[in-house]
Amino acid sequence: MSAHTVPNPLPHSKGGRTHEPFWWSLFSAGGVVAAFVMPVLIFLTGLAGAFGWGAAQEAFTYDHIANLISNPLIKIFLFVCVSLPLFHCAHRIRHSLVDVGLGGIKTPLAVVSYLSAAVLTVFCAFVLLRI
Amino acid sequence: MGTPTTQRTIKLEVFRYRPEEEDEPTFQTYEVPYREDWVVLDALNHIKDTVDGTLSYRWSCRMGVCGSCGMMVNGYPKLTCAAFLRDYYPNAIRVEPLVNFPVERDLVINMDDFMRKLKAVKPWIIRKKEQPLAEGEYRQTPAELAQYKQFSMCINCMLCYSACPVVGREEGFIGPAVLALGQRYNLDSRDQGRAQRQETIFGHEGIWECTFVGECSTVCPKDVDPAGAIQMAKVQGAMEYMKTLLPWGQRS
Amino acid sequence: MKPPLNRNMGSTWWLSRGAYFLIMLRELSAVFIAAYLVFFLICLYKVGQGPEAYGAYLRFLWSPGMILFHLVALAFALLHMVTWFNATPKAVRVWRGEERVPPALMIGPNYAVWAVITAFIIWVVLK
Repeated sequence: MSAHTVPNPLPHSKGGRTHEPFWWSLFSAGGVVAAFVMPVLIFLTGLAGAFGWGAAQEAFTYDHIANLISNPLIKIFLFVCVSLPLFHCAHRIRHSLVDVGLGGIKTPLAVVSYLSAAVLTVFCAFVLLRI
Repeated sequence: MGTPTTQRTIKLEVFRYRPEEEDEPTFQTYEVPYREDWVVLDALNHIKDTVDGTLSYRWSCRMGVCGSCGMMVNGYPKLTCAAFLRDYYPNAIRVEPLVNFPVERDLVINMDDFMRKLKAVKPWIIRKKEQPLAEGEYRQTPAELAQYKQFSMCINCMLCYSACPVVGREEGFIGPAVLALGQRYNLDSRDQGRAQRQETIFGHEGIWECTFVGECSTVCPKDVDPAGAIQMAKVQGAMEYMKTLLPWGQRS
Repeated sequence: MKPPLNRNMGSTWWLSRGAYFLIMLRELSAVFIAAYLVFFLICLYKVGQGPEAYGAYLRFLWSPGMILFHLVALAFALLHMVTWFNATPKAVRVWRGEERVPPALMIGPNYAVWAVITAFIIWVVLK
């Protein structure tokens, strides 16, 4: 092509509708939830109890925890806190792996990522309903 | 004679590639006078005029308006007309062509692909029906202007393309400047052409490829914030997609 | 004629600059949050199994190695929080007439809401 001609419009390699906004919406919603609750969840379940700070040692006795989680509102809250961030993480990990050179297996990466998040979400619903 | 011995100098390591002579690019070091008020482009012009006339590069306005002198300066995409020698002195400055573009020769990149993408987003005001001149101009309030003004400052210098790893790996990715410019027209109250930009901006190779690295906005010499434009478009696109999932929603 | 020279960023782009590396750390937060969620899910599962299973799992969770993991995960969760909140004005622009609401004013309330939610959750769990 001569440098002075206006190039032709893009040859659209992929037409049709993209479903990327759906996954991005889950990523985004999960990112919001993770930003607001993940630090305190990690702090409480992984550190406060372990070090027995304040009332934390007692709070993690079986009776207290089982009683707490049996509350339907808390179950819903926990389900949201786990499921949405799982899809957030799946999306982010999928895209970062492509960003560091795994673009050749884009589709398998997407399938494995979202499928893992979906399976863990179902597992989450199952364990919460069992308590 | 001529140059006083106290004249300070600075070294420029310049990327050279002459496809008819060499297969691999090389670096050529030039020593140029160091002046407080010189920019890298001044140094390149000095080389071209007095040392080595074979050096090829693009430039025009020398004042950050034309957008043609973008190069990698010590690995960062910069307008060389705005990269002062004093910010690097006394160290050598490495000057390379913008990355993520094919190199034609020396510091000159090929921008055909960028131009194709730019054209695809239709960066002009589109009306469903042009009104005759006699009916006057399309009017706009200052508040409506403010909605898109920042995104209209783009000078097509392509620095953002050189800062974006997604541009580097996805040949089809429309890229930061063009997506921001598309949004500039979509946000313009006088424009009615959003549907015609839909596939380019909201399609497979548009905003959804972006992983929000955000360096496009950092390197932009005009504070356009393409990353912001793209994030805004994602929120908008996601909401529109969700509406199509509703039973009464319409699939476009 | 020779094809033009290709000089695209390679897959190690994120090692080439501090700002890129920070972005990759931000992305890495997802790995640690996901791993934490798996441990947390197992914990919920053990609660469902009864006091003994739960007690044994707590001893595992509170072992030195797992405490170290949670410390690192907490750091990454905070990195996610800061990068997420600070990106708010990128995604949402609010206008008062011709003036854009300053980015700092868009970011600030996130932290206030975060503090309230955090305090509330601690109160619910420890009360």
